[in-house]
Amino acid sequence: MNTLFEYTIRLADDSLILGHRMSEWCGHGPILEEDIALTNIALDLVGQATSFLAYAGETEGKKRDADALAFLRFDREYKNALLVEQPNGDFGMTMMRQFLFDAFRKPLFERLQHSSDKQLAAIAEKSLKETKYHLKHSSEWVIRLGDGTEESNGRIQDALNTLWRYTPDLFYADEVDQEMQQQGIAPDMAAVYADWNATVQHVFQEATIEIPSNNWKQTGGRKGLHSEHMGHILAELQYMQRAYPNMEW
Amino acid sequence: MKDFDTAELERKFQEKIDKDIKIEPKDWMPDDYRQTLIRQISQHAHSEIVGMLPEGNWITRAPNLRRKAVLLAKVQDEAGHGLYLYSATETLGADREQTIDDLHSGKAKYSSIFNYPTVSWADMGAIGWLVDGAAIMNQVPLCRCSYGPYARAMVRVCKEESFHQRQGFEIMMQLAGGTPEQKAMAQDALNRFWWPSLMMFGPNDAESKHTAQSVKWKIKRHTNDELRQQFVDVTVPQAEMIGLTIPDKDLKFNAETGKYSYGEIDWTEFWEVVKGNGPCNKERVDARRKAKENGEWVREAANAFAQKRALKKSA
Amino acid sequence: MSKNEWPLWEVFIRSKQGLSHKHVGSLRAADAQMAVENARDVYTRRSEGISIWVIESKDVYASDPTEADALFEPADSKVYRHPTFYDVPDGISHM
Repeated sequence: MNTLFEYTIRLADDSLILGHRMSEWCGHGPILEEDIALTNIALDLVGQATSFLAYAGETEGKKRDADALAFLRFDREYKNALLVEQPNGDFGMTMMRQFLFDAFRKPLFERLQHSSDKQLAAIAEKSLKETKYHLKHSSEWVIRLGDGTEESNGRIQDALNTLWRYTPDLFYADEVDQEMQQQGIAPDMAAVYADWNATVQHVFQEATIEIPSNNWKQTGGRKGLHSEHMGHILAELQYMQRAYPNMEW
Repeated sequence: MKDFDTAELERKFQEKIDKDIKIEPKDWMPDDYRQTLIRQISQHAHSEIVGMLPEGNWITRAPNLRRKAVLLAKVQDEAGHGLYLYSATETLGADREQTIDDLHSGKAKYSSIFNYPTVSWADMGAIGWLVDGAAIMNQVPLCRCSYGPYARAMVRVCKEESFHQRQGFEIMMQLAGGTPEQKAMAQDALNRFWWPSLMMFGPNDAESKHTAQSVKWKIKRHTNDELRQQFVDVTVPQAEMIGLTIPDKDLKFNAETGKYSYGEIDWTEFWEVVKGNGPCNKERVDARRKAKENGEWVREAANAFAQKRALKKSA
Repeated sequence: MSKNEWPLWEVFIRSKQGLSHKHVGSLRAADAQMAVENARDVYTRRSEGISIWVIESKDVYASDPTEADALFEPADSKVYRHPTFYDVPDGISHM
């Protein structure tokens, strides 16, 4: 197994699939200003995915470019965390998903920008700026909704209850991570987790919501074992490339 | 304050317009001028916002990452443009939420073109090339509109829109020069969007009830037919260049005038779509209404939170 | 207007260091922080700014256009405030 390819694909697919989900909001946001903000996040994520995928293609050396990797893999070959493929639900669900992800991505990129792999370091450095803003935006919304009305508090708590089980998948670490960490390419996941945990604890306290006591965990994304939602995402994402193979667009 | 009579105010107002002095929000203006502007700018804003939907329909299915990013950015711009325009109506005293509710109730109109479905990827090309092309023709003269905030919003809109038409034409060019399936897809999109694009300029001058007054007030600088002709004249050669056929058997170039004459527009179809009987009228307005309704609790929560924090701060 | 409509804010953008903030338009936001972020997303998508000011529209106090004559015309007659009012003989430079 090409571990650098595998590691990079995981980073890429998180951005690709969450970017896909966020782009579903375009034209349907709760107010025009927020519609524009959500699309900005989607655009950042699609941009990150493009950079990571292009690099993954290079490291693979099989002449697959970013598009070939984005659109022409089979479902088990997508390695995004389960969290990012979860449906948008209401605006609270989307913001909670975004927050849990941003709080993970920020400490990850903060470390990855010092990676011994110069290309990954460069992508992480650029993406970190975007991610900091995403985290600011999503954490403010989680707090606003949590400490807003009784209804909004209930909805954001529900979102957390639903999504919490997918958070361990973000920190899933196997031999790929170990090898990358040994080579100084990937950061220590335990440290990333500690930062993530501090952020979520702080924000949930401000938002007056609680981490559910049910500790049921869902993992599998990094091994390509996804929820039922993933197939539908891919059906849309890949439609053109599958229906009209080998054409330029 | 001295009590001017309205006739005197109106005379001075028209004098300013004639001298190309812009009207600003707090200036005196005839009520009809205000109402005409509110109607026109809000229709324009609604068109931008409803216009997000047919293109938004293809974002998750864009054929590659570059096209996906471009389409996202373009649809996002439309949200921005809608917002600039709602801002302009707010300077005239029209509250945004009320304006939007008028769209949802069917009282306010928007450009009929967005009531046609986008059934293939090529429609993204056709919309950018034809619909944005037609929109630009309408919009460029509005940058010199007599009402300051509208003119300024339009300057911004036109600057940002310059890439919209190009990206659409690029899609069409790629398809037209591609495989037979792609070329057929492009021709089919042109066939479906050509006539509705011509309708975008509105009824013939003889039928257009607002034109004369709007020209006098410099809200409008050209008539519907003038703009439509200009659009046909620039677009036909573009289609020829990429090897697509305009679906009009009566289309003829007149070497004497340098202009194209074109076939009769199906005005029955136009009025039916305006009345709400187009293929997607209901879906479009329903989607916008749903977005507003689903966002109600979010907007309420944000207000409640802001009030709580303000209280905390002052305590 | 429903009770849930957010207040209106005026947005001012500094396009680069050395220039002052300029009014660019308005938007709606529940609070000042959100107004700044919305302004970033709405008005600086093409790198138009490096600094943002927002102020709630209701807090802007403006001069009355019907008083424009009294407010601004008296300055028109004071031409001696402008350098072009003065004659400088040929041959004199740097003035």
